[in-house]
Amino acid sequence: MSLKGARERWVRTGGIELCVAEMGDATQPTVLLVHGYPDSKEVWSEVAERLADRFHVVLYDVRGHGRSTAPAPLRGGFTLEKLTDDFLAVADAVSPDRPVHLVGHDWGSVQSWEFVTVKRTEGRIASFTSMSGPSLDHFGHWIKKRMSRPTPRRVGQLLGQGAKSWYVYMLHTPLLPELAWRGPLGRQWPGILRRMERLPGGDYPTPSQPQDAAHGTWLYRDNVRARLRRPRSDAYAHAPVQLITPTGDIFLSERLYDELDEWAPQLTRRSLPAKHWVPRTRPDQLSSWISEFVLANENNAAGVAGRETVARGPYAERFGGQLVLVTGAASGIGRATAFAFAEAGARIVAVDRDAEGAARTAEMSRLIGAPEAWGEAVDVSDEQAMEKLAGKVATEYGVVDVLVNNAGIGLAGSFLQTSTEDWRQVLDVNLWGVIHGCRLFGRQMAARGQGGHIVNTASAAAYQPSKSLPAYSTSKAAVLMLSQCLRAELAAQGIGVSAICPGFVNTNITSTARFAGVDAKEEERRQRKSARMYGLRNYPPEKVADAILRAVVKNQAVVPVTPEARGAHFISRFMPRTLRAIARLEPPL
Amino acid sequence: MTSAVASELTAELRGFAEVQRLAYDCAEAVAAQLKPGVTERGAARMQREWLRERGVRDWFHLPFAWFGDRTAFVGFRIPLQFFPTNRVLEAGMPFILDMAPVYKGYTADIGYSGCLGPSPVHDRLLADLEAHRELILREVRERRSLREIYGDVDRLMVRQGYANRHRAYPFGVIAHKVDRVKERRWSPHLFGFGTQSLKGLAGDALRGHREGWSPLWSPYKFSDHPPRPGLWAVEPHLGFRGTGAKFEEILVVTDSKDPEQSAFWLDDDLPHVRRWAEDS
Repeated sequence: MSLKGARERWVRTGGIELCVAEMGDATQPTVLLVHGYPDSKEVWSEVAERLADRFHVVLYDVRGHGRSTAPAPLRGGFTLEKLTDDFLAVADAVSPDRPVHLVGHDWGSVQSWEFVTVKRTEGRIASFTSMSGPSLDHFGHWIKKRMSRPTPRRVGQLLGQGAKSWYVYMLHTPLLPELAWRGPLGRQWPGILRRMERLPGGDYPTPSQPQDAAHGTWLYRDNVRARLRRPRSDAYAHAPVQLITPTGDIFLSERLYDELDEWAPQLTRRSLPAKHWVPRTRPDQLSSWISEFVLANENNAAGVAGRETVARGPYAERFGGQLVLVTGAASGIGRATAFAFAEAGARIVAVDRDAEGAARTAEMSRLIGAPEAWGEAVDVSDEQAMEKLAGKVATEYGVVDVLVNNAGIGLAGSFLQTSTEDWRQVLDVNLWGVIHGCRLFGRQMAARGQGGHIVNTASAAAYQPSKSLPAYSTSKAAVLMLSQCLRAELAAQGIGVSAICPGFVNTNITSTARFAGVDAKEEERRQRKSARMYGLRNYPPEKVADAILRAVVKNQAVVPVTPEARGAHFISRFMPRTLRAIARLEPPL
Repeated sequence: MTSAVASELTAELRGFAEVQRLAYDCAEAVAAQLKPGVTERGAARMQREWLRERGVRDWFHLPFAWFGDRTAFVGFRIPLQFFPTNRVLEAGMPFILDMAPVYKGYTADIGYSGCLGPSPVHDRLLADLEAHRELILREVRERRSLREIYGDVDRLMVRQGYANRHRAYPFGVIAHKVDRVKERRWSPHLFGFGTQSLKGLAGDALRGHREGWSPLWSPYKFSDHPPRPGLWAVEPHLGFRGTGAKFEEILVVTDSKDPEQSAFWLDDDLPHVRRWAEDS
């Protein structure tokens, strides 16, 4: 039994004994977690633990699964109508006076869609969070729509989901699935989950798993054909719905939910870069989204207004509520990136050695959609300060979901004129800053084991050599290579690493850049001149910020941003001699 | 901040102050009538009609109205995009009304920013404009070169986290000279600009070209000269992620040796200044 501190009770309904577990304070809002196939309620153990300190968490084994008894005969005992009876019985037993907040994963979500769309449950459900389980009725209409007017795109979507549903066809064959589950498949299953779905080890799946899987085949046989052939036309949700879509789900296409807004008028969308078993692999993110959604709906019901600024950016469904740390966030690309994440509803930690600028970034972030934002004055090249920051962030704000190592300084001047002190300075910030960031926050991400993303700001100078930027280019080339090595290392933990190569972007890096080997007056003249040239080029940092968010969503490895950066990147692969020739040119300063 | 006291205002300045006040009254009257569903063209027409009814016959430029992300000139590439469109005002949208009427031969050029409903971002932008008004006056009094002042305003905007949106105006101007205009019975306009005013501006530009100054206050070399005595319509314009805010009003520059008298805002009793006074 892996549910710590759970109070168990039995609920009797229609000749079945359902095993119900309760956690947390029963006076708090009730969150009812429904498991999927082939699982039992223990699939929720990690999420339930995290929710239990704020809510009354209730889990039950669906009939025929875990310790609940199975109907006899099995055929016809698993229809959605009977599953709805079970749900109502449990809800009435654990929360007779108040509606419950429903959360379903996989088949738990499929049946919850039935609960939330039928008349007799109206008033019993306060909200519904769905993950990896569409309504069979919506699915039926989805297929019909694509079959009746098959455009190439629709045919593609049909074939795509058709291929992903291979196991559904298998489960419809008589007897074989049961034999497989009770035999070799059941024995192999924990290993398969670990290898294919990257589930952490531990006490999941439970010993009852082969039995659950064998009984659960009747969920498919009793409902799928009937509902897909004649989907209900009145399957409208009568409660607010939060849809969490894992983008790496190999069983369900994201396209299934394209028309969901028609069926669920109050729909909140979330997306998560993860595979199918999110309750096991991403419990932190799930519990925070569930809590937020439940509380928002509790407040709505109580007439308390929500927050004034709600994130509506194009990436809001992906980054809402996530913790994003950006270094060099007091200006330029860093600040624009912090703002872009803030617009998507992320919580922002803005780090810069300019305390005032960092605080300003945090303040503005809150205005445009960040639920929380903090400014931290830290020099990224200072190892102790970075360690202190990492400790503070972990204890006060949580584990960073997206880390953007952006802080950097410019240094121009020929190699022979660059002093060792200049070298040290530029490497300290541009390279060591990134190393410290990746080391400290990357370790926290890996230790949490629930994915994440690291973005390092390299430069087009990382692959475009130049006789006037030896130190800067070297530092950025190192960042580029570091990012790619780290990407390989952290891929197994579900942590993505991207290197961004912006190119000439209109920021204040030009007016703070050092020019080695010239006096102060000449340096100032060159700073002004280069600032003016970057100003004429006028590529806005906001576009780089967009590229950064896109890189995180798509998990891109190397992203050149401006046209010249993309051009140079192309040439570096196919005509490197041309780049070497360009490297000899004197910059017009 | 002290301005020249009323008694010292020459009749001429009083004429300019009167038309500027009239224009701001118009902006406030029109802003009060804006509601969801009004288009930019509609708002521009309301301004035009309000001022025509009160005796305005000529324009430095016809009234503009920008709604939503058009207040920050998002995606503007050609000057034609400044003209009012059929963009519909919605609740929560920021808007800017910009008009330059000529009244009794005196020109005003004003900009009025507002928002339909509460918006913390817009409030912040408006509040942050105050620092720009102070900075510009201080540096003009110091007789810094216009180009340098432009750069300092630019840097302040970047520090505040905003984008410089007056850069999108023709020649990227933050200000331009305004002057008296001869009253004619027929006052045609060209691309929204009154021909009389354009003529005045062109004359100034020609004279300035010979003498080394320009009636346009831009980031370019031709503005690398100390402030030229006269009346300047100053219009710093902030942009922040699809929300824009500006003010525009007349700065009087004189050749007086007294710094207080060498430059001052024509009128301190304007909606945005009153707003800052209330907030502080």
